[in-house]
Formats: sequence, C-alpha cells, structure tokens
Amino acid sequence: MELKRIDLNLEANLKKATYNTRRHFLKSCMSGMGAIAFNQILGGNAFGQSSSKVGELSGPHFPAKAKNVIFLHMAGAPSQLELFDYKPELEKLDGQICPPSLIEGKRFAFIKGKPKILGPQATFKQHGQSGATVSNYLPEFSKMVDEVAFLKAMYTEEFNHAPAQLLMQTGSPRLGRPAMGSWVTYGLGSENDNLPSFIVLVSGSAPSAGKSIWGSGFLPTIYQGVQCRSVGEPVLFLDNPIGVDSMLRHESVNVINKINELEYQESKDPEILTRISQYELAFKMQTSVPEVMDINDEPKWIHELYGTQPGKESFANNCLLARRLVEKGVRFVQLFDRRWDTHGVGPGNGVGSGLKNACKAIDEPISALLKDLKQRGLLEETLVVWGGEFGRTPMMEARTGKGYDGRDHHPDAFTMWMVGGGTKPGVSIGETDELGFTGIKDRTHVHDLQATILHLLGLNHEKHTYAFQGRDFRLTDVHGKVISKVCT
Amino acid sequence: MKKRNFIILILLLAAISFFTYDTFFVPKISYNASIRPIFNKNCLKCHGGVKKNGGFSLISQADAFGETESGIPAIIPGNHKKSELYKRLIDHDPEIRMPQEAAPLSEEEINLIAEWIEEGAEWEKHWAYYPPDPNIEIPSIEETGWARNEIDFFVGEKLEALKLKPNEAAEKEILIRRLYLDLIGMPPSREEAQSYLQNPTEEAYEKVIDQLLASPHFGERWATMWLDLARYADTKGYEKDSRRNIWKYRDWVIKAFNDNMPYDQFTVEQLAGDLLDQPNESQFIATAFHRNSLSNDEGGTDNEEYRVSAVVERVGTTFEVWQGTTMSCVQCHSHPYDPITQKEFYQFMAYFNNSADKDIYNEKPNIWTYENENRQKAGELINWITENLEEEIALESRFDFGKKEELLDYLGVNKIEGEAFDETSVFIELMPPNQDIVWQIQDSSWVMYADIDLTDVEAISFHVATQLAGFIDIYIDDLKSQPIGTIEIKKTGEWKSWDISRPENPNYWADLKLKIKEQTGKHDLYLYFRANKVLAGHLFHVDWFQLHDKEPRVEKYSVLFQQIVDSLANLEAVPTPILRELPAEKSRRTFLFDRGNWLSPGYEVKPKIPSILISGDTNKTFSNRLEMANWLVSRENPLTARVFVNRIWEQIFGYGIVSTMEEFGSQGEKPTHPELLDWLAVKFMDDFNWELKPLIKEIVLSTTYRQSSRNDSIKNEIDPYNQYFSRGPRVRLSAEQLRDQSLKVSGLLNDDLYGPPIMPPRPDAGPSLFSQWYSDKDEKKYRRAVYIHGKRTNPFPAMVTFDGPARNICTSRRIRTNTPLQALVLMNDSIYFEMSFAFARRMYEQNQNLRETIKNGYEMAMIYPPDSARVAILEEYYYDTEKYYEKNPETMRGVLMGYQSERENESFADSLKLASLTMVGNIMMNLDEFITKQ
Repeated sequence: MELKRIDLNLEANLKKATYNTRRHFLKSCMSGMGAIAFNQILGGNAFGQSSSKVGELSGPHFPAKAKNVIFLHMAGAPSQLELFDYKPELEKLDGQICPPSLIEGKRFAFIKGKPKILGPQATFKQHGQSGATVSNYLPEFSKMVDEVAFLKAMYTEEFNHAPAQLLMQTGSPRLGRPAMGSWVTYGLGSENDNLPSFIVLVSGSAPSAGKSIWGSGFLPTIYQGVQCRSVGEPVLFLDNPIGVDSMLRHESVNVINKINELEYQESKDPEILTRISQYELAFKMQTSVPEVMDINDEPKWIHELYGTQPGKESFANNCLLARRLVEKGVRFVQLFDRRWDTHGVGPGNGVGSGLKNACKAIDEPISALLKDLKQRGLLEETLVVWGGEFGRTPMMEARTGKGYDGRDHHPDAFTMWMVGGGTKPGVSIGETDELGFTGIKDRTHVHDLQATILHLLGLNHEKHTYAFQGRDFRLTDVHGKVISKVCT
Repeated sequence: MKKRNFIILILLLAAISFFTYDTFFVPKISYNASIRPIFNKNCLKCHGGVKKNGGFSLISQADAFGETESGIPAIIPGNHKKSELYKRLIDHDPEIRMPQEAAPLSEEEINLIAEWIEEGAEWEKHWAYYPPDPNIEIPSIEETGWARNEIDFFVGEKLEALKLKPNEAAEKEILIRRLYLDLIGMPPSREEAQSYLQNPTEEAYEKVIDQLLASPHFGERWATMWLDLARYADTKGYEKDSRRNIWKYRDWVIKAFNDNMPYDQFTVEQLAGDLLDQPNESQFIATAFHRNSLSNDEGGTDNEEYRVSAVVERVGTTFEVWQGTTMSCVQCHSHPYDPITQKEFYQFMAYFNNSADKDIYNEKPNIWTYENENRQKAGELINWITENLEEEIALESRFDFGKKEELLDYLGVNKIEGEAFDETSVFIELMPPNQDIVWQIQDSSWVMYADIDLTDVEAISFHVATQLAGFIDIYIDDLKSQPIGTIEIKKTGEWKSWDISRPENPNYWADLKLKIKEQTGKHDLYLYFRANKVLAGHLFHVDWFQLHDKEPRVEKYSVLFQQIVDSLANLEAVPTPILRELPAEKSRRTFLFDRGNWLSPGYEVKPKIPSILISGDTNKTFSNRLEMANWLVSRENPLTARVFVNRIWEQIFGYGIVSTMEEFGSQGEKPTHPELLDWLAVKFMDDFNWELKPLIKEIVLSTTYRQSSRNDSIKNEIDPYNQYFSRGPRVRLSAEQLRDQSLKVSGLLNDDLYGPPIMPPRPDAGPSLFSQWYSDKDEKKYRRAVYIHGKRTNPFPAMVTFDGPARNICTSRRIRTNTPLQALVLMNDSIYFEMSFAFARRMYEQNQNLRETIKNGYEMAMIYPPDSARVAILEEYYYDTEKYYEKNPETMRGVLMGYQSERENESFADSLKLASLTMVGNIMMNLDEFITKQ
C-alpha cells in the first residue's frame, strides 16, 4: 500500500488561520506579549514556534541569557540543615528546649508545645574554589559547587505541601493559576516542531498538589505541561490502539486531512486548516516522543554517569531525559521527585539515614546532568533550578520520640540553588541566623525566584501578564524582585 | 494643478465649517464614550483605586474633585486652564508631564479632556451599572423580509451598517443537527431527524424546538455551563483531594434546568435556600452551590485558614457568576478601575461568613437524604415504627433522615459514626477513599462530637481496630476535666501491610464496651486517644461507637419491631454539604483583612452591598444572605439579567455579545450589540419571567441563528470571529458534546439520568486507593460526560484536553484550543476507539454493499449524506485497509480482540470487513465536520 503525503500547499492560508483563531484570546493581553506569543504559535508546529521563526514580533522583552529551564523540584521539601546550611550552634544546642521567643506566634504544621532543638545529622565540609558548604550526603554534587549559585535564605508563607508547591510552581497557594512552565511557553513558545514545549517528569509518587502544578490555569490549554512517562505510553493516548499500526495510522491521518481539506474549501473556516496541521503533528509526535523518551540509544558511559537503567521509572532516568529534551529544544522541563518529607515519624523517615538515602537517589544523577549539560555546551543556555517547596525546622518535630530525627515543615528559611542559564557560578547568596531559623541577609522569596527565572529567560515578570477576569495576572502576583546578585 | 488645489481648498473649508457646526450643536462630551477610555488606558494605574499618587484619583467624581497632596484640587470644573490635570498633560518638562514615563496623550485626547472640563467634568457610571432600559426601540432594517423576530432587527441593523450580507439559511440537515447539539448536547439519530427532514416547515421546526426543550437531556446539556461557574467537582482539592459527596447538587442543577425553574428562584435557592421559610430538602441541596469551594484535608493544615479562604472565594464567585464583575483584586485593595472599595468586599463577605461550615473532613453541615428506592422504604419504616410505638411521640423533623435520628434516639439506639465529629485535634484524619473511618489517630490526639444526649446512658461501646495498644479516655465538655470513663484497648489484629491500608477483614475489628459515669442532658463528648508512650504510628482506627441506655426502650418491643428498627438504622442515606447559618449566639464577626491577609484583621464590618451596584434608593439595607440574594434578582439590579442572557448567547453563538463573559466592568470588552443585550435582558425578566426555555426558543427561532455557517473572504476580513453574526455559528464541540455525540452515533450511549458520578476507564488512574478511581466495567461507563467523576488534581484527560476546566475556580468562558493532543484522544483513546468499533458494527449490520454502507454510516454521523468525493476517498481507504489487513491478519485480529463480536463463527471475510469498517468509523469520528457544530 502506498502512503501518499498530502501536499497541503496552504501555508499562507494556514498562517492566517492560526492568526484568526489565536488572536482572539491573545489580543486582550496588555503587555503586548500576546502578540508575541501568537506569532510564536505560528509556524505550524505543535506547541510553539520553530527556532527559525524567532524575529518579527517575537522574542523576549530583553536579551535572554537562558533558553531552557530544568526545574528539579524535590517534593516534600528536603532539609537545608542537613545539606547546605551548616549551623554549628544547632549542634551545641542539640536536645535543648527551643527558646520560646523563637517560635512565639509562629504556626507549624505538626509541632506543638515546646519542641527541642535538633542538631545537624550530617557532617559538613567546604568544597571547590568557591568554598561552598555541602554535607556528606551529597558527595558527587560537592564536586560541582563551583558551577552553582546558592540561595540560602529562601522563604515562603506556606507550610503545607500542596499550597506551598502551588506557590512555588504557580505563584499562588490556591488552585487555578497557570504553572511557571505555562507562563514561559505562553511567552516564548517552543523551539521544537514535534515536541510539547513544557514537559513534566515524575519520580517517586505524584506530588502533593497533583497535576494542578503543571496545569495551564486560565491560560489556554495548549500551554499546560505534558506529563511524559518512561514506563508505558510516554504521553497519554500516544500509542495506536491494538490493531492499528503506524502504516494504517498514517494513511488514516492522510484521509482525515484530505476530507478536512474538502470541508475547508466548502466552509472556509480557517480553524480547519489549523486542525489539518495538528493531525499531521499528532502523527509526527507518535514517532518523535517515543524516540526522545527511549534512552537505549545512549552510550554505556552515559548510563554509568547518570546511573540510569532503560525502561525504569527513576529520578536518574528523568535527569537524562531532561537533558535529551532540552537538547531537542523543549523550553521547560519540570521534574518532580517525591521522597523528601522527613518528619521522622518512624525509623528511616528522618533527616538522618532517611534523608541520606534519599540523597543517594539524586546525588549522582544531578551531578551527571550538570556535567553532561556542560560538556555539550548546553549549560550556558539552560537554567537548572533545584529545591523543595519549603524548608525544615531547626527543631525536632515534637510528635516523635527520641531516636527519631525528624524536622517539621518550615517556611521561614530554606536553600535552593541554580546553575547555568546566566547565573553566577560559585556564589552563595543569603544568610540565615545561627539556628538556621530565618534569613538575616539577602532573603529571597519564592516570587523573587520566579521573577529571576523569567528574567533570565528575557521576560520582565511585571510585564508578562495575561488579562483574565478584568485583571492583568502574572506569575509573581503583585510581588517579586529579580535577584540581581545571582545573575551574571 | 490649479484645479486640484482649488478642490482641496473647498474641501478644507467644508471640513472647517463642519467641525464648527459640530462643536456648536453637538451634545456634551460623554464621559463614558470619550473620557473614560483615555483615563483607563493612561491614568488609572497610578491614579485609580489602588494607587493614588499625589493624593489624586480619577476613580470617581468625588475623588477627582477632592484636594490632592498639593492642597488644591486637580480639576476645576469649567476651567481647564486652571486645572492641574490639564496643565500636567501639556507641560514640556518630562518630569512633570503626565502620563509619566510614557508617550504624551495625543492632541485630540488632550482637547477632549479640556473641553470636557470646560463643560463641567461630569462623571458617568460605567454603562453596565445602569439598569437596562425597558423601552428599547426595535431598529428598522432595509431587508425587512429577512427578519423573523426582534433579534434579527438588532443583528440586521449592524450588518447593514457594516455592509455585510447575512448568509442564506443553513441546509436542513445541518440546522437540525445544530439545534440538537445546542439544546440537548447530542446530535439527532437519523430516525429522530427524519420527521423534520421530510417536512421542514416552520411549524415542524418549532415543534422540534419544543420537543427538545421538553427532553430530560436538555438539563444535562445546560447544566454543564452552570457547573463550570459553580466549580462543581467530586473531590475537595489540594493534597488529599479526597472525594466529596456533592453529586446531588449536580442533579439539582440538571433538574432545575429541566423544570425550567425561573432564574430568580434558581438564584435565591442556591445562595440562600437554607434561609427560606420552611425550606425543603431540594432547597437545602441547592445551597451546595457554595460548598463547591475547595477544602484542604492535608495533615497539619489550619482549618480556619482554609475556611476563610473558601469564604473569600465565595465572594469572588458570586460576583463573577451573577454580576460579571471581578472582585478578586478587591480582596487586597480597592478596585483599580471600578469604584468598589476594599471595605465593600469585606462587607459583602459578611453575608457568607456566618455559614457553619469550617473546613473539617466530614464537611458538616450536611443534609442527609434517602435516594431512589430507599426514599420510599424510609418513609414506610418510619411510619410503621411510629404507628407501633406504645406511646405517641411528636417528631420535630420535617425530613425522613431527621425523623429516623429522633426515633432511634427515643428508642435508645444510638450509634455514632467515628467520622461524624465536630472538632478534632491535629493528627486526626479520615481514611480514603470513603472517609468513613477515623484514621491517623496518634498519641494524645482527640475528636469531639457536639451535643450528644447522655441522659440514661450507662455505657459506650467502640468498634475499633489497632495493631498497637492504648487507651481511650472519655471526657465531656472540657478536656481539662476528669474523664467520665477510660477504656483500655489491646491489639485487635495484625494486617501486616503498611499502616495506611484499611483493615478490611472483620476479624481485625473488636467491639469493646465501657461503663461511664451517669450524666444528664446534652454534652460535647470527647474521645481522647492515648498510648502512654511517645508514638508516631497510627494508634487506632475507629469506625463507630454506640451509646447504651440503662433501659433502652427498644428492648421492650418484639423481635420483629427490633428488626425493623435495625433496618431503618442501617438504611443507606446520602450526605450533601450545604450552607447553614450559625445561630446568633455563635455568629462570627467579619473584619477587613489588611492587604487581604487573614492573619491581619482590621476593623469590623457589617453586611452591605457595594453602593455602585445599588440603583434607586441607596439607603436600602440588605441584612442577610437571603436579602442579598433577593437583591441580585430584583428588577433594580443592573447586571444579573444581562450577564445571564449573555452567557446563553455565548453558548449558542460561540461568542457573547459582551465577549468578556466574566467582566462587565470598565475593563471588559464593550458589547457588540448593546441594545440587543438590553432588549434580551428586559424580555427575559419581564416577558419570560426569568425562564430559560422561552429565551432559548426566541434565539433559535431567529433568522440570525438559522444562517449557514459558511465563511467567505469578505466576512473573514470584516467579521473574523463572527461577532456580528454575519453567518451561523461554527465552533468545535465541547468536551462533553464530543463524548456524548460519539456515544450516541456508535449506539453505545447509556442515557440514564442522574445519580452518583461515573468513572470510565482512564489510562492514568493509578492505584485506586490513592486516586480513588475505580474504572467502571459495566454500562455505566457509557453514560454522558456530565456524570464523569470530576477529580480536581487529576481531571479526566479526555475532558481537559478539550478545554474542560478542572473546576478549581469559577469558569465563565472556556477558551477553545486546537492541539495535536486532541487528535490523539479522538484517534487513540480506548473509549473512542471502542466507539469506532461499535459504530462499525452498526454500519456492518446494515448489510449493504460497501458504497451504501459508507454512505449510510456517514449519514448516521453527520445527518447529511456525503458527496461523491468523500465517498470515493473513504471507499479507497476501505479497500486499502482491507488489503492491508488481509496480508496482516494478526494486526486485524487486534482490532477485534478487545471487542468480541456477538456472532459466533464469524467468517474471515466478516472479520475483515468489520475491522476495516472500524478504521473508516474512526476516521469519520475524527473529521472536522463531525467534531464541529456547523
């Protein structure tokens, strides 16, 4: 059976069609980014513009330093006090009752009464030329610190997982706002014709806030994150039904489009032209997505570097996939890894052996990712962000007895870090007090981090807005300041 | 040359005289038409409701005429030259000139402002805050023969002004399909369409409309629109996102639409049904509208924080739904563009702040109702028991569930479900998915049950399970008092698996009885759980406990009587969360929150409606939720009817007359047909008595609606979005319509009405304990989309891919997208492929030659017959596929594998035909003409 490709020869029409169908929701965008975005949806690709189409109206507010983002979200919130924020004072006060003045008027998720201080469970050392402090939990990552910019006085308002994850990823603790990746792709489009521009990879179990942290909120659904999976169908409904193979599918897409073309001739509805191109793309994705998701073609040394095993669902695999995706021009890759909620409600669930084990699952893959991006020259244009949705308390969680080494949720201080994409290598910004309870210098809020990520991508977070319900919404709500100290 | 110069001169003179004439005789400059747009665009960001730089704001006349920081007012009415506002516009110093850091206003704009100041600088309210004019004149049009009803005159007038010709009428097949999709959300079957197609008269058309309006499927289609606004879903949101039993509300909405409940009643029952005189069960259920707000069951959350958050959300939702007005920004500060103050937000919040719900697991207050056959059963059992009592007792409750509670209490049968608590400490959670067992009990945590009648109670027994051991202390009213009893509980079983799993085996459970000190009257009963050692595991699971009277009345009766009491006690009822006002002594006070932060309350406020929305007597007060709801649907309310008719219009035409459905304020789009909007609103209120069905009928009877949807280059140029209705609507079907249509065409549709949500199979459901998704195996999975279980943090993929909202927030307008993921769903989703197969079966059963089969199938799908080009393409495809399957029989069998054909001993030729037709069906169900309302 010969499979014919339909020569659409309708590009001019298509361009206009896309213009018509998209413009309506974008024209209300006050910042002018709407116009940019619509231009970028043009080009007939799946989710955004093709790289060759940058120009004209498109492009960021100012020259971008980063093109892509890989956000490694450690869902559950790792303890900064065992990884990066070394507090000798805590060690001294270990086991003593926490000074009441410290916690007066503070709200905690689980701590009640008079909690005791819990000393650091890890040992710390300074590393690299920058002298960054990293604990023995992350031996591989310690070797990379000269590439890293630490934010050691991060803070948030939320101390429950779902609202805090929502704040981190959507700028608001309530459900219903677009995710950061949606905002970015809405502004900048994609650089790949055949892949979604905002891809989500999950390891462990699904994060607390569910799919709402990669939803498009009030933005059109084309901007929602597409979850790709390394086990089973890589994208929902990507696989043909049983009894339909690629040959048959191609032929049927051709027939659908042939008849749709007739329909267009009769009704002149430009939406049909968009649909024709979307069916073509759906078919292309059936090949391109499995290709990029299949890591079997990586050389052995890469698998050794990352610690990956093809066909498994793991954080290591997701790190490697993240590199493959940005390499293909995927704009925003979001990893969620859920294993970090170290309350110490049982043995192995605290910041001692529990956290140490959790770190083993990420230490090598993360370091490999950074090395790999660097050796491919991708690190300059790829921003890697790491962190949880909040920090952990300097106090031991009171519901646990001796022997358990848990820390409660803590919004006032935690550490995040960034690498590449126009961030300064080998710096540390922000300091916390001697107990690591709260930031005392260069505090940076979640909205500041978001403003900075947008900034590095060339977007002004105050101007990158979307008109909805009579108001110009933005990722950073009415807050956020670019952390200029972290940018080159 | 000379001649040309002369002509120019003449033209110039004419122009000058025209302008002179114009300025001389023209009425005053309209603030709304000319000045407001300039201010909104250039000034209000810094001199509006939020920022009042220099102490100057243009939000209202009073603000603008007031003293500024410099001590003088910025506008001197009647003297633009002395007005600082004007001076700042023309100053050459960029430090002084306004707007700052932006291009200066154009000369024309400055002149307009100058003149307007000269004329007295009079403010006008934004158009939407004036009630619609009841005496709108119907415009005249040249082509009078075209118009069928008033709508056509309004539309025709605009079209003539734009020099656009309306389209001819749509073909009858297309029109009837459109009508079916619009009115009941599904296309007609060929048989249903036949009577009209054979005799397409005006009367026949009207008859079809009436039939569809009377169909029970009408409510299912129109409920979808309302459920988006009501943010109806079947889970609570956030981390646990556990199930919420609120489908009775969804059914209430469907039924209200089916019953053509007037919109004023529809409004009042949802917002304040509980405050009506002697409300019935249905009116209570209606108030679940505002119980659709999210609640947070994550461990360690502060219930008050999420209660407040829900109440704040209810204010915003009420305004968006009924007033098309954004309030979310007013939570933190006064409205930047419209004259609504932050104080007014909290005054309005006071209407909602006194509802008893408080973000606890069991979502109290609930109304419990008996459903279907249990409804009758409950009535019969209650009657039987009451008639056979030794003495007559008067039951206070008007509802069966309440009567049951009273009877059981009287008889001394008092079982209390563990999850029915009114207050808890931290470390108490309910076990998913049904949340019917107390779980996560940790050391020194407690639960409290309010107002328990302890008179004559001598013992309490517990139905508990534990893998550990410990104590339950019973306190009344105060945890600091002495316990009235303590029971020791030893290990009841071991179910080995991780501690979140449910002790399913009844052997793991124990019933333990405890004598308590005698009490009289009603008390708050506390169960305090204690392990006597620090423990972080799950100490106990409590399913229920029972109060034992000294001499329970029930024991005086016969075995038969006791059995009947038992069956009443065990009769299943369904809870629905509702609004219920707290009694006066427990009522909450409402405070303004500084910058919207609930942890920084400011001064106290009392219920009040924003004054900009009050027309007529501004001194009227509306003191509670019911009065507020009545005000919303009063004839004086400027917005309610307009906003609603606009929603209906959008549902039918694809775009609203005001395209920003959610925003009628000054930041919204202007109406394309303001007179039509007002005419419809007035007609809706006065002539149709707020009834939806006659409104829809009026719209679909119009010539405007019946136009063909064909586009052409002129229309595409002048009216690209069809906002002037120069053609019939042509829009992609909604997620719901797509599913329902394919189900119907394939013959799989199960059109049962109402009931608990369904869970059709989905590939991403995950383990059922967490996702709480039990894929339906039976006929239920073929029910209409409106019944699909809505999971907020993991919405049904086929719905969300076609722009169905996750319903976390009120959604006025779905933005239609066109993506490759949609193609993947329609081609590959197993449900859709199953429908292709079933559709193929239907084609196959026609038992005709191939060409006829294809023609027939096409007609089943589209109602109209295919042209020869389409038939040829599909025929060729069929033969190619058949040939391919013949060579690859294994692949072919794959198609048939999942869908056992009913005929035994089907021949290879039959299988081949069925498989190939499945692919043809799959194609038809992916065609633009199929997935679009034409």
